Amino acid sequence: MTPPLSNPLGLIAELTHRCPLHCVYCSNPTELINRAEELPTETWSQVFQQAAQLGVLQADLTGGEPLARPDILELIRAARAAGLYVNLITSGMPLDEARLAKLIEAGLDHFQLSFQAANQETAQEISNTKSHAQKLRVLEWLKKVRVAVTLNFVIHRRNIDQIQEMLQIAESSSATRVEFANVQYYGWAFANRENLLPTRVQLDRSLEGIKSAEARLRGKIRIESVVPDYYAKFPKPCMGGWGRKLMLITPNGEALPCHAAKIIPNLQFANVKQSTLSEIWERSEAFQKFRGESWMQAPCKTCDRRTIDFGGCRCQALLLAGDAATTDPVCTLSPNRPKVDAILTDLNNSVGAGFVYAEPPSAPPADATLTKPAWLYRPNPA
Amino acid sequence: MTPNPQSRPRLAAGVRLGQNNNQQVLLMPERALRLNGPSLQIVQRCDGNHTVQQIITELQQIYSQADPKKVETDIQGYLTLLNDQRALDFE
Repeated sequence: MTPPLSNPLGLIAELTHRCPLHCVYCSNPTELINRAEELPTETWSQVFQQAAQLGVLQADLTGGEPLARPDILELIRAARAAGLYVNLITSGMPLDEARLAKLIEAGLDHFQLSFQAANQETAQEISNTKSHAQKLRVLEWLKKVRVAVTLNFVIHRRNIDQIQEMLQIAESSSATRVEFANVQYYGWAFANRENLLPTRVQLDRSLEGIKSAEARLRGKIRIESVVPDYYAKFPKPCMGGWGRKLMLITPNGEALPCHAAKIIPNLQFANVKQSTLSEIWERSEAFQKFRGESWMQAPCKTCDRRTIDFGGCRCQALLLAGDAATTDPVCTLSPNRPKVDAILTDLNNSVGAGFVYAEPPSAPPADATLTKPAWLYRPNPA
Repeated sequence: MTPNPQSRPRLAAGVRLGQNNNQQVLLMPERALRLNGPSLQIVQRCDGNHTVQQIITELQQIYSQADPKKVETDIQGYLTLLNDQRALDFE
């Protein structure tokens, strides 16, 4: 028996793929959308209204850099007028104190500021942009306005040893929420994975630090952390289950069940220019493809955890096992788990891992590429 | 943490009431809590004017059939939960 279809709760609005940063783990697809293809203000406003009617509670205005949209104030007003809770997920780059005040006046509920590291040097290496000082300025401006603030630290091998310094930044800000979100390996991050995936020792130490901070800051700052799932025993319930809770709209209006779904071959995506959100949610091929359990193979098909993790992530199954309909290979029950273990074994045995973790070396490391990896930076689309 | 009875809770920045399918919800960063009778009555009083003690007294009057001590404990527990979510500031 199929349970009745519930409504989506969150709308992820990728307003643009343009961005002043070039982060090596960007969650945007490797094929970026140009400005000329972006949806106009009016279409986004209709999308927000349709989302609220469908039962969506929250809109994540993201990108790229959502502040690259000159109509961002109108978009915030439209989302708020539709009845949505408005989150802005931003690098804080195209911002000054006056523009921040206008965002809040327009109805912004929650300002989520991304950080690439706890210091300028690492942040620049990761984003290929001088951005850290601007973020610290934004934190000072945020103290003077009334808005919820989250600091979003994206975690990987190059900054995972900076958790304590990141907490210092958070504690001296007005943030009530901090995310330590380990990079998930799709798109740009998949291409840069060998330089991003932390070692087991690093991960364990960071989790200890986060755990003690959670206890110490309880009632002051809510801390949420996401581990790199290659190290997990069971997969994450990606997007809360395919087509169960979230919808993502790309800058040109395609409706996706997750950030990376475009990589799945032969999957057709409906567009908000042609269909309403409720038609897309209820009937589009893409949202139905991996919804529920009928698509599942062994071992998921009969597994007790299928209602907890929904078989894990379809894109990860495709990237690591070559089949989007198979069990997420990070699952220890998956026949493909040895592929993940091999990646971890290689990493944890490699010289590079040892170097990154070692005390400052007295001599330069033999392998210079380990200190300055050959990053594949994400470009800024036209 | 048990909230100080004389403190005045109010919804933190970016936390507000909303509606979904005729159900009242408390909206906050990346989360929404469904509110029913007592939880809604508590949240409506987290306005920076009511003290914790006043909220307890008012709900004890509304739920006069219930054990007053249990009403007090439940409210303290709920306010602590909201505070751990960083949905409240205490003034």
